[in-house]
Amino acid sequence: MKISPEKALAIATLARLEISPQQAVGIGAQMDDILGYMDKLNELDTANVEPMYTPVEQPGFLRADEVAKEFDRPDILRNAPESDGEYFIVPRIV
Amino acid sequence: MSQLFSHSLTRIRDLLRSGEISAQDATSSCLERIAATEPRLDALLHVAGDEALAQAKDMDAHGPDATKPLWGVPVIIKDVLATVGMPTTCGSKILENFVPVYDAHCVTRLKDAGAIILAKSNMDEFAMGSSTENSAFKVTKNPWNTARVPGGSSGGSAASVAAGQCFASIGTDTGGSIRQPASFCGIVGVKPSYGRVSRRGLIAYGSSLDQAGPMTRTVADAAQILQVIAGHDPKDSTSVNTPVPDYLQALKNAKSLKGLRLGLPEQYWGEGLSAEVDLACRSAITLAESLGAEIVPVSLPHTEYAIATYYILAMAEASSNLARFDGVRYGLRSSQTQDLATMYTRSRSEGFGEEVMRRIMLGTYVLSAGYYDAYYRKAAQVRRLIRQDFLNVLDKCDLICGPACPTTAFAIGENTADPLQMYLTDIFTISLNLSGLPGLSLPVGLGGDTGMPVGLQLFAGNMEEETLLCAAQTLETHLPKLPETPLV
Repeated sequence: MKISPEKALAIATLARLEISPQQAVGIGAQMDDILGYMDKLNELDTANVEPMYTPVEQPGFLRADEVAKEFDRPDILRNAPESDGEYFIVPRIV
Repeated sequence: MSQLFSHSLTRIRDLLRSGEISAQDATSSCLERIAATEPRLDALLHVAGDEALAQAKDMDAHGPDATKPLWGVPVIIKDVLATVGMPTTCGSKILENFVPVYDAHCVTRLKDAGAIILAKSNMDEFAMGSSTENSAFKVTKNPWNTARVPGGSSGGSAASVAAGQCFASIGTDTGGSIRQPASFCGIVGVKPSYGRVSRRGLIAYGSSLDQAGPMTRTVADAAQILQVIAGHDPKDSTSVNTPVPDYLQALKNAKSLKGLRLGLPEQYWGEGLSAEVDLACRSAITLAESLGAEIVPVSLPHTEYAIATYYILAMAEASSNLARFDGVRYGLRSSQTQDLATMYTRSRSEGFGEEVMRRIMLGTYVLSAGYYDAYYRKAAQVRRLIRQDFLNVLDKCDLICGPACPTTAFAIGENTADPLQMYLTDIFTISLNLSGLPGLSLPVGLGGDTGMPVGLQLFAGNMEEETLLCAAQTLETHLPKLPETPLV
C-alpha cells in the first residue's frame, strides 16, 4: 500500500485541501488503486525517449510587450469575495 | 413554426439569411423547446432567455446580415467557457457566483458571426468525468433514455443538441469529453487539432490536452461552427498560426470515399467492445468500403498504456491549474478566515467536489519530490510513444477509424462507486488528446440491445479536419438517419 490514510492526509495538506480522517481512508484506498494501475507504465523501457509535454512543440508565439488597459478595476473586483474598491482583501498576514 | 428547433443548423442559417424566418422565431422555438424538455433533461445551468429574445428583436430590426454566417442562430455554450455577463461555473460550487469579465475566444468568434448565446450547459465539475454525474448542481439525463447518462464531461451540451434545445453547442474535449457524449446522445462531435481553436477563456483542466469544438446534429453543421471558431489567437500562445481551410466548400465536393485509406487499429476492435457497438460500427465500415474506401489493418501498440498516461498527465496539470481557486480574487470564500492558510484550505475544501479533490491530490502526488520522474516524466515519455504510433499509422492510411466508446450510454449511478472503472471507459478517446490530433464522432445507428446511439470515431493527421469532415459527411449521407429521440 503506497497511500496510507496518514499519507493521504499529508498530500491533502500539500494541495491545500482538508479531508477528514475517515475520508483519508477511502481516498487513500482509491488513490492506491489508481496508482497501482498507473504502475503499468513501468513495463515500458523509455530510457531514450524524449518526454512530450505538449503537442505544440515549436516555440510559443509571443505578442509584442505593450501596455494596454483591457479591463476596469471595478469589473474585476466585482467577483472578489472581499474588496475595498481598490484591492482584494485577505485575512491579515502580518 | 413550432418545429423550427428540429432543423439542422445549416438549414436554419439559410432560412434566417433569406428572411423566411426571423431571429426571434428561431430563438423562441429553442426557448419553447427548452421549457418543454429541460424538466426531464437538466441539461442547462443558466438560460438567458430574456436577453436572447431582446438581442433577436434588435437583430430583426436591422434585418439579416449576409456577412455573418451564424446570423440569428441560437447556440449553447458549455459552462467551462467564459461568457461576459453570464455565470460561468464549471459545474462547481467554487465558481457558483462567478461572472467573467471577458468572453472565451470562441464565444467572441460566435458572437461576431451573429450567433445568439442562449444558455450555458451542465458538465462534470471542471470537466472531470465521463457522465455529467460529477456536476455540483444537477445530473443531466440522456434524451434517448432518461435513466441513462448523456456521457461527459460535455453531457449538458450533447443532451441539449440531441433534444433540439439549440442548433449547436460548444463543448470541450480533454480526454474524450466532446466525442464520448456525442456518441452517447447520437450527435456529431469534433475535437479539433490541439492549437486549431484558441483556449483563451476555456477554464483550464489539462492545458496540454484541452480543446474546444463543435457539437451538432449534422457534419455540415459542425463544419460551419468550426469554420467560425478555428484560427489563430495572439492571446493564446498554444494557438497555431496556420490558415483555416474552407471546410464548407470542401464538403460540397465530398461525394465518395474512393481512394481513401481507412486504418482499423486492432486494439480498437477486439476485447472489451460490446456486441451491439461492434455490430453498428462494423456495418458503417462495410458501408465505407462500398463507397470506395480501402480498409487497412493497422496497430497502435501503446493503446493499453493510454489511460495510465493520460490520467497522470491530466491530474498533474489539473493540480497546478486548479491552484488558482483560493478564495482571493473570485469564487467561494469560506467563512473560516482566521488566517490566510485556513482561508485557502477551507475555501477549496468547501468549494470542490470529491472527484476534483481526488484528482488534485493524485496530481499533487505525481508531481511531488521523489515521484516526479517515476510518474510525470515517465508518462510524458510514453505520451511520445503513443503519438508516434499515430504518426506511423498515418503513413499507411488517411484516417484511423474505431468505435468512440466500448458501450452505449450506461445507466445513471452504474459507475459512480469506482472511479478507476469510470476512467477505463475512456479507452478509445483518450489517446487522441495525448497525440494532439483531430477526431470526430459520428452517429452510425442504434445499438440492437439497448436501443441507444452508437458513435464511430475518425482520427486524422494534424490540422486535417477537412479530411475528417468530408469522410464523415459522405458516410452520414449514406447511413440511415437516426429516428427522433423519444422526447416529445
